[in-house]
Amino acid sequence: MFSNFDYDVIWRSLPYLFQQGMVFTLTLTAIATVFGLILGTLIAMMRLSSSAVLSGFAVSYVNLMRSLPLVLVIFLFYFLMPYVGQWIIRADQPVQVGAYASTIVTFTLFEAAYFSEIMRAGIQSVPRGQVMAGYAIGLNYREVMRHVVLPQAFRNMLPVIFTQTIVLFQDTSLVYVLSITDFLGAASKVAQRDGRLTEMYLFAALVYFVICFTASFFVKRLQKRISIIR
Amino acid sequence: MNYNWNWGIFWDQTPDATGTYFGSLMSGLQVTILLALCAWFIAFVMGSLIGIMRTLPARWAVFVGNAYIEMFRNIPLLVQLFIWFFVIPELLPGDLGIWIKQLRNGPFIAAMLGLGFYMSSRVAAQITAGINALPKGQRMAGTAIGLTTWQTYRYILLPLAYRIIFPPLTSEFLNTIKNTAPALTIGVLELTARARSMQEFSFQVFEAFSAAAAIYLVLSAVVTIVMRMIEKRLAIPGFSGGK
Amino acid sequence: MKRIFLLGTMIAAAVCTTQAGAQELTGTLKKIKDTGAITIGFRDSSVPFSYLDDNQKPVGFAMDICYKIVDAVKKELKNDKIEVKLNPVTSATRIPLIANGTVDLECGSTTNNADRQKQVAFTNTHFLTASRFVSKKASKLDKIDDLKGKSVVSTSGTTNIKQLTEANAARNLGINVIPAKDHAEAFLMVETDRAVAFVMDDILLASLAAGARDPSAYVISKDAFSKAEPYGIMLRKDDAPFKKVVDAATAELYKSPEGAKIYDKWFTQKIPPKGLNLNVPMGAEQKKAFASPSDSPDPDAYAAN
Repeated sequence: MFSNFDYDVIWRSLPYLFQQGMVFTLTLTAIATVFGLILGTLIAMMRLSSSAVLSGFAVSYVNLMRSLPLVLVIFLFYFLMPYVGQWIIRADQPVQVGAYASTIVTFTLFEAAYFSEIMRAGIQSVPRGQVMAGYAIGLNYREVMRHVVLPQAFRNMLPVIFTQTIVLFQDTSLVYVLSITDFLGAASKVAQRDGRLTEMYLFAALVYFVICFTASFFVKRLQKRISIIR
Repeated sequence: MNYNWNWGIFWDQTPDATGTYFGSLMSGLQVTILLALCAWFIAFVMGSLIGIMRTLPARWAVFVGNAYIEMFRNIPLLVQLFIWFFVIPELLPGDLGIWIKQLRNGPFIAAMLGLGFYMSSRVAAQITAGINALPKGQRMAGTAIGLTTWQTYRYILLPLAYRIIFPPLTSEFLNTIKNTAPALTIGVLELTARARSMQEFSFQVFEAFSAAAAIYLVLSAVVTIVMRMIEKRLAIPGFSGGK
Repeated sequence: MKRIFLLGTMIAAAVCTTQAGAQELTGTLKKIKDTGAITIGFRDSSVPFSYLDDNQKPVGFAMDICYKIVDAVKKELKNDKIEVKLNPVTSATRIPLIANGTVDLECGSTTNNADRQKQVAFTNTHFLTASRFVSKKASKLDKIDDLKGKSVVSTSGTTNIKQLTEANAARNLGINVIPAKDHAEAFLMVETDRAVAFVMDDILLASLAAGARDPSAYVISKDAFSKAEPYGIMLRKDDAPFKKVVDAATAELYKSPEGAKIYDKWFTQKIPPKGLNLNVPMGAEQKKAFASPSDSPDPDAYAAN
């Protein structure tokens, strides 16, 4: 079954797979996590605010993003973003947004919806009494959020945030549909050029598995540690 | 925005002369629904088996269940689809492999298996969580009145567990619907693929993709409403599943 | 006082001239000048027009032409330092990406037809090719009607898949049309027996078959879905100044001996990554297309009498 396996093709393409493909995959994951988390936190605060307009907007944004398949959003944003840019800065022609910038914005906006649900749960996990205590000692909303609520919310949700990041890491493989060279894109380009699908796709699966399995192992340990301290 | 909007495009004929673009999107919707249902069937059956295995007293069962979940959860869906479609038929003995590859519904079947097994790991995790959330006394009571392990599960644990996890299962089903979209990469003509091909032939990018987006929104709203209704009917007063 | 006045007029004059200069430039040229960069869209596997070589760098006949165009743009804008950005495109994404400004020149194997000219513009034709299908010799298919009831693959977003679906409907063939993301993926479907045939421009089929593990196992049909249609490099519509620069650059290149030299480099000599030689010398139509450059979408305009 594996007798005519060509391990050499994997060996030869390793630098390309990792230096280009995996570097892009990891960069996209990291940037989308950081910005998605920031945006998600803002959306969560809007959702929990007393303003009906703000929370209404947050609810519809989250529901919209969570109802659409990521592949569709990747296509749509890739084509739409230059026009949106044009509209925002009132330029006379569409603003150029490259493939990489476009995927980063897409993943940030998409994942923000998921991170906002996590952060909402995190904010709600902080007892109301602490918020009131904050106001009682004369802090304003920003200070209460900044010094009391968000650090705890973030800390309580850390394992869930990491788990979502692992999901995000896997989701980045969908940029394949745009022919962008992420890890899977690199593997499939080599696979198609050399007619070595079996080797390349199994190798890609193995690499993703090792990374995600190791990462989720550490998340589980983190979860235990955090739950003991609380 | 210098883009020529043309919302009438949906009523134009597609180049294959089989109907309108609207009709083509609808046929994509049918494939999406059919694929989601078939994959959900696999996910539900396999997920239940594996989820239950992980709650059994036997250690080997727990180990196998955990290994299964880790395997299907830690590889991206797209890679799993490629493996089902491109790799597995190559690894089968000659004639069987060729026979599978030439199946007319090859892409659909590969997508169904890939998506089904991928989602089954998530369903399994939910089922395990549901069973473990039940008070220990339930299982003991079953043993005490002389039920076998199988009977305890069948008559006591599972009916309660499924009710508890109904809401998370609903959201896993919604995920299954959304996750049918990557199947376009192996040639399944589901809704997103139809929108993409509409864009290619008519050049009306935004009409095509916004229509598809609207259809997904409606679909998930309908599923959510139906599931809420079922959830209410299934509720047992006094248990957390029913409130 | 006088000096200040003089300075004032000088500043005013300077402002006026720069403004006049800026007014002359519009559209893509202005954008290239402002950003100092031009973006070229390339393909994964349109051999030998635009594809990735062994180092995964885009190369090919159309890429060479595009670099010549970039030289002409540099000259036009009197700026040697214009940076070339490369953006991957697929058959399905290339037209929206030209329209929305993500890429400025699409360098590949894009068929120039009247339908597409409503959305984008093309410069002078760089190749002519007809739509045919490749299949394994063993499956003994040579006419379009032989595909009846079979699974046939084509690349999504191409004129070829459109011609295939049209023929399928017109002749009532009941073909199961499978769309693939790119040519390499589509050819692989035939190589691994998932589809019996791949409908595409014959030149692309010839290069894919030549690059296969066993080139002698494949045959390209005599039957064609279309006449020989022109390939052009794509640019944005309604951008006359940019088109003028691009047209002039390509016309000059095609008419000069260098045009034939670049052609030979990719079609009659060994090409990367595997050292294939496609062995397709210039035919009469191709010679005519180079001798009198044209951006006409009409296949008949290129017929060699």
